Amino acid sequence: MGNFTLITSREYLNKITNKTFILSTLLTPLFIAGIFLLIGWLTSVNNESVKNISVVDNTGYIYEKLNSSGTIKYELLGDFSIDEAREISNAKSDYALLYINDFESPKAIADSIKFISEDATLTVINNIESQLENILTNENFKINNIDINQINKRKVYVDLSQETFEGEKTTKADGLIKLIFGFILGMMLYMFIFIYGSMIMMSVIEEKTNRIIEIVISSVKPFQLMTGKIVGVSLAGLTQFVMWGILISVFSSLFSYFFGITTTYENTELILNASEDSEISSAALGMISAFMNLPLLNIMIAFVFYFLGGYLLYSSIFAAIGAAVDNQTDAQQFLMPITIILIVALYVGMLTVPEDPNGIVAQIFSFIPLTSPVVMMMRIPHGVPLFEQILSLLILFVSVILVIWIAAKIYRIGILMYGKKPSYKELIKWLKY
Amino acid sequence: MNNLLVANSISKQFGNFTALNNVSINIPEGSIFGLLGPNGAGKTTLIRIINQITAPDTGTVLFNNESLNSNHIKDIGYLPEERGLYPKMKIGEQAIYLAQLKGMDRQSARSELKKWFDKFEISDWWNKKVTELSKGMAQKVQFIVTVLHKPKLLIFDEPFSGFDPINANLIKDEILQLNKDGATVIFSTHRMESVEELCEYITLINKSNKILDGKLDDIKRNFKTNTFEIAVNSLESQVLKKELESKYQTMTPTFRTIGDNLRMNIKLKSNQSSDELINLLNKNSKLIHFKEVIPTANEIFINSVEND
Repeated sequence: MGNFTLITSREYLNKITNKTFILSTLLTPLFIAGIFLLIGWLTSVNNESVKNISVVDNTGYIYEKLNSSGTIKYELLGDFSIDEAREISNAKSDYALLYINDFESPKAIADSIKFISEDATLTVINNIESQLENILTNENFKINNIDINQINKRKVYVDLSQETFEGEKTTKADGLIKLIFGFILGMMLYMFIFIYGSMIMMSVIEEKTNRIIEIVISSVKPFQLMTGKIVGVSLAGLTQFVMWGILISVFSSLFSYFFGITTTYENTELILNASEDSEISSAALGMISAFMNLPLLNIMIAFVFYFLGGYLLYSSIFAAIGAAVDNQTDAQQFLMPITIILIVALYVGMLTVPEDPNGIVAQIFSFIPLTSPVVMMMRIPHGVPLFEQILSLLILFVSVILVIWIAAKIYRIGILMYGKKPSYKELIKWLKY
Repeated sequence: MNNLLVANSISKQFGNFTALNNVSINIPEGSIFGLLGPNGAGKTTLIRIINQITAPDTGTVLFNNESLNSNHIKDIGYLPEERGLYPKMKIGEQAIYLAQLKGMDRQSARSELKKWFDKFEISDWWNKKVTELSKGMAQKVQFIVTVLHKPKLLIFDEPFSGFDPINANLIKDEILQLNKDGATVIFSTHRMESVEELCEYITLINKSNKILDGKLDDIKRNFKTNTFEIAVNSLESQVLKKELESKYQTMTPTFRTIGDNLRMNIKLKSNQSSDELINLLNKNSKLIHFKEVIPTANEIFINSVEND
């Protein structure tokens, strides 16, 4: 076995047998599945409670046209005055009371309707308002001898069919999906870089403070040690990611099996399958088709490369920082600029990409190697010309080589330097040793 | 005699700081070689160059008559002054790992380790972690890891620090045995009594320059001042004292004996012989103590560094 393989496998085994690592690998999915469970439970509890709305209808024609939908149920009270109705409804602990007075003109009726409720939600109010509006408008048409069928027949509906300049069909849902998907990709990169980058840093500091380093580098080249460490920790990171994916789905299905509660993910599926509520399902179907419309192959390939490039870039910086300092406290000073750059990348992505994915700011930041992985991953779902991607990747990988070279120099010197924390000036001097 | 390691005119700069200035050393095969010098003199830099941890700016290093290269890593065992182990790894596992890095395969590393662990009676540490061991215990493990792959050249930087006298002796005996079995040993230490005891050759580095090197015996010969400690029991000690003072350069004694009544140090001039002195002392007195003053490694060290 070569030294590189030895170092990588030691680093890998050391990480995955670490108690904290095992705990976070097991507990994080449990936690996430728990949140899914909680959301699922809350939605189901929410859905089960029927909102009872009592109606006093003095017109005699409105109540029968009100549609009780899903959780909202209308119930006709008898002929009561508003004060009596209020008492009765309150005693029944109704969700709301709808009191409709009778007038000649539907407009006057509309003005006089009373809606009494403690905490009606906007959705419920919108629902009632639109139903009443329809009923009263139709009544108004009828009174004025306007044929509703004629109107409906001649009504023109507009749903803009969108298309890109390249001729690809898009929908309103596309934009949203692109944004969400891009953010998820960008965030994943950001998180992976931070979690596993600092793991590498800790591992370097550990070797240094335990004074094992000089024994090791009398057998292997510092460069081998550094790269072996980076690869070993990344493999451990990937293992953790895969485990999370598997465990989250296992835990979710176990939970739903034992507690009989569907998680939100399955709820969405149910919604998709339910054809009764056509409005919701068509939106969801739109989302799905929008997802399928994404340049998925491009996204996957780009993700692999940007992930690799971004991760290598930052992890070698983290390794160099670990080598330059003696302890974690001293590392903060050097971590600060890195953190700021990554957060700037995240903000630039969040603020400029929704506005204009191909705008000049987003474009510039997707060429700068330190920010390009995050910003570009947010842009790619919106479609980025291939040459731009290739150019940006080229810049990224050239910088990766450069940064690894610089990091290796700092690493080589730093691991044997104890005592005072070096200044940036000293770090630059180390490059010349 | 064949030199196992030859370093020619090694210089190394760190920025504006000169760590080594034109230093050359020859380490004969099979010898125990003391690399001496005050703190910050450049010893560690030289050792790191031999270990290929750092490269010299100028100068060459020959190992076994070949230019030093990565194939020689497995021929060298290095116990640094700043030494440690992985705190969270089991002792046995990390010893195997470190041996594998030196090119041993897993099987032979394991069986060799078992032998050493049995020899040091520490077999029950195999599955322990470093955090469960004392500093001295960890040092034993580090020593084993250094010598395990049977290197031709062993480099020990302050090997006895952290050991109690009993274990220091145990390690010293092991080093002597390894040397007897053919290993060449470089010693870097401040403990002059162990230099005196172990080293055949020494090199003294001060402020990045080599100021002294050679066989320890030769160096001592060069440093001795022809001074003798004498003690007699004489019937006429005052007469003898006057005679000695008139003939020789006498000094206050730097030693102790019992049963004498005249005791002093005498420095001979180049035309005076020690035989004459003995005859004079034997004439009317009983000679109790007669010893040439040989400078200790400690004195040579202090003298050379202070005069540099």
